[in-house]
Amino acid sequence: MSRELSRRTKLVLYGVLMVLAVPFVFPTWWMVTSSLKPVADIFAFPPKLLPVDAELDAYRRVFELQPFGQQYLNSLYIALVVTVGTLAVAALAGYAFARIRFRGQNVLFLVILAGLLIPSEVTIVPLFQMFFKLGLVDTHWPLILVPILGAPSVLATFIMRQFFISFPGELEEAARVDGLGRFATFWKIALPLSRPALGAVAIFTFLHSWNLYLEPIVFLSSPEKFTLPQALTQFVDAYGGPMWNVQLAAASMTALPVLVVFVIAQKQFVEGLAHTGLKG
Amino acid sequence: MSQTDTTVGGVEAPPTRDRSRPYWTSRRRDQLTGYLFIAPQLLGSAVFVILPLILVVWYSLHEWNVLAGTFEFVGSENYANLADDTNLGSVLRATGLFSVGLVVFNLGLALLLAVLLNQKLRGTIVFRTLFFSPVVVSLVAWTIVWGFLLQDNGGVNGLLDTVGVDGPNWLRGEGTAMFSVVVVQVFKNVGLNMVLFLAALQGVPAELYEAAEVDGASRLRQFWRITVPMISPTILLTSIITVVGSLQVFAQIAVLTQGGPGTSTTVLVYYLYQQAFQFHHFGYGATLSIVLFVIVLALTVLQWQMRKRWVHHES
Repeated sequence: MSRELSRRTKLVLYGVLMVLAVPFVFPTWWMVTSSLKPVADIFAFPPKLLPVDAELDAYRRVFELQPFGQQYLNSLYIALVVTVGTLAVAALAGYAFARIRFRGQNVLFLVILAGLLIPSEVTIVPLFQMFFKLGLVDTHWPLILVPILGAPSVLATFIMRQFFISFPGELEEAARVDGLGRFATFWKIALPLSRPALGAVAIFTFLHSWNLYLEPIVFLSSPEKFTLPQALTQFVDAYGGPMWNVQLAAASMTALPVLVVFVIAQKQFVEGLAHTGLKG
Repeated sequence: MSQTDTTVGGVEAPPTRDRSRPYWTSRRRDQLTGYLFIAPQLLGSAVFVILPLILVVWYSLHEWNVLAGTFEFVGSENYANLADDTNLGSVLRATGLFSVGLVVFNLGLALLLAVLLNQKLRGTIVFRTLFFSPVVVSLVAWTIVWGFLLQDNGGVNGLLDTVGVDGPNWLRGEGTAMFSVVVVQVFKNVGLNMVLFLAALQGVPAELYEAAEVDGASRLRQFWRITVPMISPTILLTSIITVVGSLQVFAQIAVLTQGGPGTSTTVLVYYLYQQAFQFHHFGYGATLSIVLFVIVLALTVLQWQMRKRWVHHES
């Protein structure tokens, strides 16, 4: 649909887009600005778009009320380990399913693909029991092992396989002629060329881990082991009411790493997403 | 690796085996590499997907109380409890309402945004980024902010107040709570579907529209007769992703409504969590997990069957 639009249609379209953008943009803007306002100003209406007497008090209290620094590190290192681990597992398996012929390939692929049909919520009860018996409840192991090896990485494997299928075979032939083995071909030729797919999978995986909520509240009980989404809901006063400015300050801080990652990799992410999504 | 292989074969093997033996070894070596490459994923699937799936069936036939340390076989008792559970009806209803609401609003809005952004307009990249931005905000953070905005004295009602409308207490009203949860979730994730639709729209050949224009077809007619059929594979894909995702909703419910008021927003996963991890009814929780699994499976199969009917071309 690339027909020229009249000036008037364009103006109308811009108007519609701007109105539509409000509920997408305002909450985030309001979250960040309100975290800098005194409590009374948070409830002011019409909302002050910028904090008048900006203060960092709420940010100080975030760290006083909970081991927030520790919780931040927990989320960060879990997400990073899960991302790197998933990339390794999914790239290897995706490459093998796409480029190597071995017996039972299709059956094994279907077995793994079944993971896509089974939401992790279905298996949360037995997984809890398994980790309970191993004495790993209230550790980070369930939050690391299950995403890397279990159902969440199946989608990553699938995406990598789709990518490697469309990979030009001549490059591999050339590598073989040069005497490279399978792993060397994978590591030196295929992997460097699969950066767009790896990028999309990496951001996907990072976001997924960063947002995980059910699993942390099921597996973790000590505040110093909490992850961020879990910690955010703990900023309540003595009556169980939320401490809004503190919650908003903490929430603003959780948006930061993802925003940084996103700004750096936005193009790659959106393209990778559209690309891999369509091929599925 | 394969280089040594060939040399050894070439030097030592008798002429008849000269061709077959190196072929075999490299092929077998390749097979072995294949198995090694998929080993972590295969082992992970076995331990963290297949085994738990078998266990969840096994547990659903038992009464398990971790605190009391009891684990006894009760046969189909948990399944009989499903029928007696007075909450289950409203839980399934809430789950269905959420899924239907989410799919309709999400796909509708995603398609609208994609069509708008596919026009010849400057600055569409900026708008695309704006609509996509909630995707990168942490889910719980996004939900907390909306929880504040939807309070009785929150921003949404303040806005309604300025136009003279007395807004309800969104999250505490039987009728409005589910609607609110759906809307919050739609704004969070619609950007993902929008991007997928946008990519699909850009793949529709412009000649089709030009031809329709010549035939005097209206814009709306072009949309229904050309755009929708051409992007139907993407509509199928996004609807499967959205439906399955909608059945997994948990954090939004836990943060916004805790399943209330009453059980009006208690969706299946939230109910499963309450039964298993708050009331420690692990056996019954396992039974609810199977209900969830059956629903996901049935819907996926159904949608896959439907594709034959309304997906016009497969990429």
